[in-house]
Formats: sequence, C-alpha cells, structure tokens
Amino acid sequence: MTPEYEEGIPLLQTRNLSKSFGNIDALIDVDFTLHSGEVHALLGENGAGKSTLIKLMTGVHKPDSGQILLNGNVIEVNNPNDAQKKGISPVYQEINLIPTLSVAENIYLGRQPMRMGFINTREMNEKARVLLQYYYINIDTTRTLSSFSIAIQQLVAIARGIDMSAKVLILDEPTASLDRKEVEILFEVIRTLQEKGVGIILITHFLDQVYEISDRITILRNGRKVGEHKTQDLPRVELISKMLGHDLYEQLGQSESNDNSAGKEQDVFIEAQNLAQKGLIEPINLTIKKGEAVGLAGLLGSGRTETALLMFGIKNHDQGQVLVNGVPIKLNNPQQAIQHGFALCPEDRKTEGIIGDLTVRENIILALQAKRGWFDYVSRSQQDALASEMIKALQIHPPDPDIPAGQLSGGNQQKLILARWLVSNPDFLILDEPTRGIDVGAHAEIIALIKRLCSEGISLLVISSELAEIVDYSDRVIVLRDRQQVKELVGDEISENAIMQAIAERDNV
Amino acid sequence: MSEQIKPEPKEKENFINRLMAQRAFYPILALILILIVNRLIAPDFFTIRSTDTRYIGSLIDILNRASPVVLLSIGMTLVIATEGIDLSVGAVIAICGAVAAVLISTTEMSAPIVILISIGVGVLCGLWNGILVAYFKIQPIVATLILMISGRGIAQLITDGQIAIFNNEALQYVGTGVLFGLPVPIFISIAIFIIIYLLVRRTAIGVLLESVGANDKASFYAGVNAAHVKLFAYILSGICAAIAGLIITADIRGADANNAGLWLELDAILAVVIGGTALTGGRFYLGLSVVGALIIQSVETGILTSGLPPTFNLVVKAIVILLVLLMQSSIFRQGIRENILKLRRTA
Repeated sequence: MTPEYEEGIPLLQTRNLSKSFGNIDALIDVDFTLHSGEVHALLGENGAGKSTLIKLMTGVHKPDSGQILLNGNVIEVNNPNDAQKKGISPVYQEINLIPTLSVAENIYLGRQPMRMGFINTREMNEKARVLLQYYYINIDTTRTLSSFSIAIQQLVAIARGIDMSAKVLILDEPTASLDRKEVEILFEVIRTLQEKGVGIILITHFLDQVYEISDRITILRNGRKVGEHKTQDLPRVELISKMLGHDLYEQLGQSESNDNSAGKEQDVFIEAQNLAQKGLIEPINLTIKKGEAVGLAGLLGSGRTETALLMFGIKNHDQGQVLVNGVPIKLNNPQQAIQHGFALCPEDRKTEGIIGDLTVRENIILALQAKRGWFDYVSRSQQDALASEMIKALQIHPPDPDIPAGQLSGGNQQKLILARWLVSNPDFLILDEPTRGIDVGAHAEIIALIKRLCSEGISLLVISSELAEIVDYSDRVIVLRDRQQVKELVGDEISENAIMQAIAERDNV
Repeated sequence: MSEQIKPEPKEKENFINRLMAQRAFYPILALILILIVNRLIAPDFFTIRSTDTRYIGSLIDILNRASPVVLLSIGMTLVIATEGIDLSVGAVIAICGAVAAVLISTTEMSAPIVILISIGVGVLCGLWNGILVAYFKIQPIVATLILMISGRGIAQLITDGQIAIFNNEALQYVGTGVLFGLPVPIFISIAIFIIIYLLVRRTAIGVLLESVGANDKASFYAGVNAAHVKLFAYILSGICAAIAGLIITADIRGADANNAGLWLELDAILAVVIGGTALTGGRFYLGLSVVGALIIQSVETGILTSGLPPTFNLVVKAIVILLVLLMQSSIFRQGIRENILKLRRTA
C-alpha cells in the first residue's frame, strides 16, 4: 500500500538542480522530492545523472544552480561529513569502509564511545554487536571487516549509515552483491526504517526489487528528469522504455526458448572430472561442447565463483582433472589456462578485472600480450587496430582508446574485459556475473554477445544470479548448493522454476 | 572529473597551455631554474673550457658526478613501477665495488673479466631481493632492508675491513677515463639509459611492469606472470647499482665498504619521485627520473661552487628539493595563484 504524499512538507527536495563538468551537462534542472517514510527508487541508465544527483545531495560536489531543501528549509551541503551531520547518509555500491579495521571500529569510526579520554573498546564492541543483531547479523564485531563476505560488509555499511543519521538514507546498488536471503533481510530492515519515518532513496538495476519495495520512482535520462510515478501506476515496459528512451523495448529474458540445443552434436571441448579442492568446493563434473553455453546457478556462496576459479587455475585443485579435447592438462595457474585458450571475466571488475591506471588500449591487449610473452611485442599499430576494432564491435563508450580504463562506467568496463579476452581468441570463456551492476542497455548488449560467441563456436561457462538470463542463453544449467553440484538441467528442463526448485530442495535430489 | 582541454582561440596561449600540461614540463623547468640560479651565483657556471685532452666546466661536472645516481634511478624507476622499492642499492654499490677492487688487486684477472664478475654479483643481489619480494611475498621495503644492512657487512668481509686500494688503468678508465673529451661515466649512463629504455619500451616489459604495479591481482587474472616481472625489475636495479659501484670505485681507485654509495639509495628514490613516478606503482617515466637525478646533482654542485660553508649543504639541498616538489603540485600552484590575486585586490 502506498501512502499519499500530496500534503505536507517533503523531507528532502531539490529544485532546478544543475551541474556540469567541463562542457558536459551531468544534471539539468532536476526536481526531486523525497517524503518521510517512503522508499523512492531513482532509476536511469549509466550516465543518466543518478550518481551526480546523489553527489550533490551528499556534498561531494556543489551544484552550479538550484536548491536543496531539507524539511522545507534551503540548505547548503558543504561536504559528505556535513551531509551526514544534517542527516543525509549514503551507502555506496563500492563499500566505503576500511577493510583492515574491525567491524565495530568501522561502525563507530569518528564517534567512538569514550571513557576518560580514551576509546572504550569494550563498550564499542558490545554496542556494535547489539546494533547488528537488529539486522539479523550475529558476528564477532572485533574481527576485521575484510574477513567477512561482501554481503555482511554491505549490511555493516548500512547499519553505520542508519545509526549515524536516521533521516535520509541513500542506498546505491545495495543488493548487487547480496543473495536472495540477504536481500530479504535488507528489505525487512528497509520496511522497519520506513515505519520509523526514514526517507530512503534506492538506486538499483534490479527492476523486480524496485517493484517489490519502492513507493515511487523517479527516472532520469541524460541528466534530465523524464518521469516521476507511483510505482504501482507504472507498468514495467513503460519504465524500461522511459529509461532507455526507446518506444519499443522487449523485456529481457522473454525471447524464444532454447531451440538451439538441438543439432549440437559437436565435440566436447572441455571436461572437468571430479574437480575439487578440500574446503573450497566438493567434486564438480561438467562437460562443455564447442559452441555450447553452460549456466552455473546457485545462491551467493554456493560455490559458483569457486568453480570458475578452479577451472581457470587461480585456485588449485587437489582432486580430479581437467581435459581439453579429451587430453588431461596441467592447470595450476592462469597462464597455463590461457595457453589452452581459456579466459575468465571475473566477478569483481574493479580489483580483479581492469587496470584502472592503464589506458583502454593497454587493457585490451594485456591478456594477449601476456600470452605472447615479453619479447613478442604487440606493436603500437597492432594495438591501435585491435583497440579500435573492439571499441567498435562492443560499442565501448567513450570510444577513446587512450583514456584510463578507470574512467569508464561499470558496463563499459565489463565490455572492456570481454574485449581483452576476445582479442586473445579464446576457445573457452568463463563469465562470472557478466551483467552485475550494469545498466539495461549494456545488459542487453552483453546477452546478445554471449549468444553470438556461442554461435561462433566458443564454449561458455556463465555464472549469474539472474535466473531469467541463465534460462535465456544456457544449453545446460548446473545448479550448485552449499558448495556441491546438486543438479544438471538440459534442454526443455531448463526453467526459472526448475532452477529455483533445485536450489531449494533438501536432502534428496 | 578530469578537465577537458578546450581548444583556445589564441594560438600562442594554446601552445603554452599544452606545454604546461606536459608531464615533463615542471621537472625540466625546475632543472633550468636551478641552473640559472647557479649561473647567477657563479658567473662562469656555463663556461666550458677545453684543455688539450678534455673539456672542463660545471655542466660537464654535473653530468659526470650525477652518473651513479642516474644509473641507480633508472633501476629504481622500474622497481618503483612494480609498487616496490629497493633500499639495498647503496649497499650493492659497496659489495660490487669491493669485489672489483679485491679481484683486480689480488688476482691476475683482466679488467673486463673483473667488470663482468662485478656486474654478475649485482645480478645476484637483484635476484636475492627479487626472490624475497616476488616469491616469498615479503614487503619490498623490508626485503631490501635486509641487504641494505647486511650488504655493507658483506663488503667489509670481502675487503677484510680495509679500504681495498688498487692500481689498474683499465679499471680506472671506467671512473676517470676520457672519451671524445668527456668523462667516460657520462657515456656509460647514456648507454645504459638507451639500452634499458629500448628493453622496456620496445618490448612488452614496460606495459607489464605498469600493469603489475597498478593492479597486481587483475594482472594475475589476465595471465601476467607478476613474479617474473618483479624479479626482472630487481635484477635490473642490481645491475644498475653494480655499474654505479664500478664507477665510484674506479673513480677513487679503491673500495670503501663503509662509505661507497652511502645514502645514494635515498637520492635515487628522490630522483624517481621528482620525475613523477608514483611510489604506489603503475606508470613510470625513465627519462624524467634521469632529470630528477640531474636536479639533485645540480643543487649539490651549485652549493659547492657558491662558497657557502659546507655545513649548510644538506639543509640547503633539502629546501631546494622541497621547493621542486611543491612546484610540481597543482594544488600548491593554485594556492599561490589565489593568494597573489588576493594580495593584488587588497593592494
């Protein structure tokens, strides 16, 4: 049920807010209204102006013109610290905490409970423990933050934000790294905060979640507001078409069924036999034919990423073997994997994927160069040719091979890593969450690319949390649960329901 | 957001802006300013006289004296690019100098053989550092500290605690020889610079060094063998230190285990930093590190020719270096500019 907001002073409001960087207009005359006790989804493609709007509200940048009002009073937000004091608290997608400090220290950083001029560590740890129980987390708060999963870290960040200021909470892609259960916990927390009168701005790429939790939606495109709607009044297709600016847009995942599984009696390219590492993952068996896409489904922590790391030699197996074209291979490090034509697009793009300081061009040729060795140099003219070919083929934006890769948006960074592997001519490509945290347009492009690569004879192993996506492109789906392979679905058996049932099943298979 | 460079209507302004946007602009400007100050202090600073056999002048002296630090800074640049640091180069100078001095004075070996052995010892030192860092994953500052401390002890063992003096013209030529009227160390530095520049920039090594330094983990995932790359950088640093050690030893015709190359590792690190290579690794600039080394030597030579009491040397050097570093900071420059504007408005 959606409350009515027509009356009363809004909690947070922007009027004609504009901001440009150099000669790029990032935000143009945006009016945004957040009421107390509402969950307001802020949607748009990458580069639509969502981040800029948030950064203006939190004092990271100053607006060129326009006003920000809190409880009806015009305020000036000087810096993020100031914003938090006023009660505006952001939780970013890339967690803004200090990994080497303890959980408790992170929660109370800068406002630790004191006793006689010294930090009262015991009280701090205890307060943190009690605070986190509210979020259904029972952990040792004296352990360092980095020893916990990203999901826990995210909830810790939210707990810190809410504990500091309970008025406006900004959640930027809070669910990107959470599994279904954790998302439910987060939503539970959001609903409780809503009842307390906290206003919540939610940025997410998961439209299901938008419809599940939000009351209203504001859509930005190219720096302008293109719509503000009650969630229940806005059909999904219309929302997507507004975000993309297209009039016609077929929803993803609704394409024709897997009719491509027939007629694929080609050779098996890669086979894993009883591949396992003690404590990491139980034995995995899988075979992938040339031109076949195998989906790897399961919840976060079910062993999906671990399987990928074993198959790429980043983690070493202590049991079983990998065969390429029927011949067992040595697989102890990524270099060996790459020599056999393997490639891996990792889950964490920022730390495991791109080299932010190097240019787009250098990032594209990196794997090829590493494969060829120190002295078989990819000449500058070859580099330029490969880079411009890839930028064109994958529509990497901006199409400038000489800017640092760190300046690209998430979706473009993903394409860049794909480009890096495509120039190395892989036979077997592992994609770990290829569409995580990227916008709708890039999402569709990457799905199309996956299908194209299959038709070109590349074997694919794709990990994804989005079941509709897996169902769409997979010829076979392997389901993992609790670090074990529990089911393999083939052809017509593949459906979202079947996968969910396999994940949910207990004991007997 | 990075600032966009907009095309300016005025051609001249455009040119100056583009020039100032160059990374090389401030280090080279600093070098020129320091040379001009030196000229103001000593009127014959730029004068180069020629005798029968060689040219003599402060500028040549700077190039000659800077050679050891130039060499060290070349190796150090590569190590720093991998997000490492090599504190041991001063000690490696002492070791390699001691090896050369003892071998030439106590055996029948010819100078070229002794030089090769000495460089081989430099390779071993680099290998040691590199293995500790790349395979045992010891933090570079700690790993190279081991050799920094023990290296001088090793050098003392080699020289038996004495200053090993020798008399061999061929070996002395490395430090005091004259070629085309100029000191030999200048040619050695230039040659090593060119060889290493071509080695890293005409092969894939340069970009792999930068990639490992900028993001170790992502490079590993992309199939870059980070351990080999790091090992390579430390070995080259060892070689550069060995050659610097030969120059210093040949120059004084003796190996002083306690003082040869003392604190030169710090000058080398400073030269790299002045040249704009970040201590956090990634992008590196070999040529600008050399400019950094020349800046340091120009300051030292300037102080010596100024007639200032020697007790002031270190303090003046520190102040000048600080000014050079501040000049390169865009935030500092902007602060100065705003303050000047404010002063003008109030005046």
